Amino acid sequence: MNKALPPLAIPIIAALLLSSCQTMESATSIATVIAQGAGAISETQAESIRKTTKAVARSAEEFTPEQEYYVGRTVGAVVLSKYKAYDNGQANRYLNVLGQTLAQASDLPDTFGGYHFLILDSDDINAFATPSGLIFATRGLLRCCNSEDALAAVLAHEIGHVQLRHGMQAIEKARVTAALTTLAAESAKTLGSREVAELTKTFEGAIADITNTLINKGYARAQEYQADQVSLTILKRVGYSPNGLVEMLTLMKRNLRPGGVDFAKTHPSPDDRIAEILKSSPRHAPVLPPPARQKRFEQAMGKI
Amino acid sequence: MPKHSKIFMVACCLFMFFSHPGSADSQKTLNVQVREGQMRNAPSFLGTIVARPSYGEHVILIEDRGIWKKVSSKGVQGWMHASALTAKSIVLKAGAANVQTSATGGEIALAGKGFSEEIEKEYKSQNRNIDFAWVDRMERFKVAPDEMPAFLKEGQVVPAAGGAK
Repeated sequence: MNKALPPLAIPIIAALLLSSCQTMESATSIATVIAQGAGAISETQAESIRKTTKAVARSAEEFTPEQEYYVGRTVGAVVLSKYKAYDNGQANRYLNVLGQTLAQASDLPDTFGGYHFLILDSDDINAFATPSGLIFATRGLLRCCNSEDALAAVLAHEIGHVQLRHGMQAIEKARVTAALTTLAAESAKTLGSREVAELTKTFEGAIADITNTLINKGYARAQEYQADQVSLTILKRVGYSPNGLVEMLTLMKRNLRPGGVDFAKTHPSPDDRIAEILKSSPRHAPVLPPPARQKRFEQAMGKI
Repeated sequence: MPKHSKIFMVACCLFMFFSHPGSADSQKTLNVQVREGQMRNAPSFLGTIVARPSYGEHVILIEDRGIWKKVSSKGVQGWMHASALTAKSIVLKAGAANVQTSATGGEIALAGKGFSEEIEKEYKSQNRNIDFAWVDRMERFKVAPDEMPAFLKEGQVVPAAGGAK
């Protein structure tokens, strides 16, 4: 079966390899199928061409929004195994109206399952955003907000992590390649039990990579600063005061306990974040919310 | 068939592929890649929602303004955000009418494959201590589209003029 390539097949394949990167993989697969069907190359040769092309350029961006959604659901469930949900209908509803409105003004308004927000019953100062848009904030963090504008800044920062796909980027490269390769190899077929077991193991690993980053290690400082920038952009687009973010960070500085296993451990200090914000934007006037806005904020969040 | 004519055939096929990358250039279709898309009457997050095309649905591109695409589907026209759409065709079920045999990976996205409901189920069976009840509850926290402008209005939150995408 392993006969040498016919002379014309080589320039054809070489030409393909030189064609644009974006179409290379699909064009090569199609060409390989055609060449193989025409008997120009053997099945073994066809397989190895496919493998070589598949081995390049596997990144977290290749997961479909649907796959991100399933990763996000499980990351959310793991967060909820460490923190208890705060079962307050009025407060959670207010958070969702505000948060979902802000998400619509982000650069990623549409995720597979949409954005959903939940308060965690904890005095820690912490927040988590899963791929595809499940967003959690502790009561301790919400107490760092004294206006709707400040609360909007917190939620918009978390939306920033979703928009920038920081969660998916926390998955180890080797795992991303493993998952996408299993999927590509199986294509439209039904997965066998061995593939399901393999993929579940990769999935568990991916969940561990993300939750470990969210809960223990924290994102890179640069990623936190990027999320702050997204927050400022969303605040301005929607019409909230960008100073909400700085005011929230100022209160957070007062409330953070040194040595805490929350933002004290996983985030740059509030001072560093404020300094970074002021590098790129002028100091804004203090937040002066109209009475109607402040009243509904206090009604929903006053006893948090 | 003599060998040289087979090779000629391969070359012809490749020529056709590269000279006509898309057979429907005059009418470009895109596909909804989220569970529930939002088609608005204006290219802005403040636009009113006129339709909700669902996962895998084809829409026809009418006008392209970068992140906002004017599309039509089932006789309704409106604007959708680029994040809800993909050029890949979405295969909802293996063996469904639109699957074909050309599962080349780069051009189609397989729904329900990879990290999917099936894998979540397997994960749950192996991690019984992880409870999804609150995640399911959270997903039911929905805000009606017309509540959003009403919420902003009530709070006197005024979107930046022209700055809204």
